[in-house]
Amino acid sequence: MTEENKHCYIKEGKLALPYQYFAGRIGSKFLVSLRDKKKILGVKCEKCGKVFIPPRKTCERCFEDISEKWVELSNEGEVTNFTVVRTDDKHHPRKAPYVLAMIKLGGADTPIAHILDGVDPDSVKIGMKVKAVFADKAVNTMLQIDRFEPVK
Amino acid sequence: MARRVAVCAVAQTGFVSNMWQKRFQQMCFETVESIVKQTGVDWNEETGIRNIVTCSDDVFDARTISDNGITDAVGAHFRGEEKTAQDGINAIAYAMACIMSGHDDVVLVVGHTKESQTESRNMCSNLAFDPFYCRDLGLDFEKGAALQARAYALKSGISETQLAKAVVNARRNAAKNPLANARELVTIEQVVNSPMLCDPIRTLHAYPVSDGAVAMLLAAEDKYKEYTDKPVWLTGWSNCMDSYFFGDRDLASNFSLKKASAAACKMAGVSDAKGAFDVVEINDAYAYQLAMWAEGLGLCDENKGGEWIESGILETGKINPSGGMLAGNPIMIGGLARAAEAVVQLRGEAGERQVAGAKRAVAQGTTGPAGQHQAVMILEN
Repeated sequence: MTEENKHCYIKEGKLALPYQYFAGRIGSKFLVSLRDKKKILGVKCEKCGKVFIPPRKTCERCFEDISEKWVELSNEGEVTNFTVVRTDDKHHPRKAPYVLAMIKLGGADTPIAHILDGVDPDSVKIGMKVKAVFADKAVNTMLQIDRFEPVK
Repeated sequence: MARRVAVCAVAQTGFVSNMWQKRFQQMCFETVESIVKQTGVDWNEETGIRNIVTCSDDVFDARTISDNGITDAVGAHFRGEEKTAQDGINAIAYAMACIMSGHDDVVLVVGHTKESQTESRNMCSNLAFDPFYCRDLGLDFEKGAALQARAYALKSGISETQLAKAVVNARRNAAKNPLANARELVTIEQVVNSPMLCDPIRTLHAYPVSDGAVAMLLAAEDKYKEYTDKPVWLTGWSNCMDSYFFGDRDLASNFSLKKASAAACKMAGVSDAKGAFDVVEINDAYAYQLAMWAEGLGLCDENKGGEWIESGILETGKINPSGGMLAGNPIMIGGLARAAEAVVQLRGEAGERQVAGAKRAVAQGTTGPAGQHQAVMILEN
């Protein structure tokens, strides 16, 4: 501590702001389907054939309106990429170590990020078959799928 | 023909892991004071600075419209100011456009970030993710980098030793740069044996938590002589955004960097990036990025980033002479710091790390998870 800093202080603070996020018309339909029917929906661009998840209104390449082009995706898919989170932090949904994976569901072209449980983090492999495990209660985000687990 | 734009001076605070004893306003002010001392520039509304472009992050500053709290420190009182929310290299480009268009003759650029003030920089970057589909999963820039590191390793076959050499080079160069944060030398063995942080990223593959500020004075070609006799010309720039969701992107493709690099090279009249630059400053927050971004910049062939690391090019001292982002610059101003080092090199003021006879440099900046936004600037003396 130098003389010039002797009487300086640091204030502890916190950014915390109650906030309402609007899911959007298309996002709401996707999330309600997850919650009430345990069905994972994607949207398909009929021009290029690509099936997107999370859903959106417009194909980013073709500019086609795909908002009503719903397709039901499989609850199972395969791991296309993953990381093992080795440190703890307040925004993490699990204690370390936990696996964050990119999972390509059957019928989708775009993998989604999700938590992969039920597997030793050191034995996760790309190409591993996994399935969605749905939450018992209403969550209304992607965590309506509580986690993925390996297909036994 | 638009007016040419000269960088007349740069100033940097130097980068450390915890500049607790300085408010971010003070960090900015010190760089602005240095610019005034170097150039004699003033705030005369006819002939001096009447427009300032800043770069900062609201969450890292814990106040919204964070630029409004630094107007006095950056000299934006009673005149124009605009903030960029991508890497500060975009702030240079914004200032450059102000001058090229004839709207301004002299523009000051100031960027700052204090990563140390937040409990966790990963909590900050977690807020960059969509609140319905990604945020609750714990995604942040570090996890995004980890996913990209794996995708790139699978595609290119880069080895643990090659990744380690990126870090060894960063520290070797940083040891000669008094402004750098992580200046302790490391060995290949230390890097490959450092614990996993977020597989396949090891702790020594990640840039250290860093604080700092950078300022730059730009002037039109018919005005620069009032401020410097060593102008550095901004001859090329471009930037590109990739998609938001990781699943929409090919994380190993370098999509946005290739587009930004091609357009910047075209503007500067560079037909082939290979061998075109005497100084290269790559925004490598994580070790794999030195190799991957080198490919994206066109400095080596596709999937050859690992081999490029071992080609002897790092030993020339021309690649990240500052130490690069791996040696520690804060997020948001990594690219701005890259451009600042390019200017220092092209002015021949880099001391022990000076690249002899440097004529043309390239600086890269990136923001967002896994290099979503990429920007490339070409500078010449």
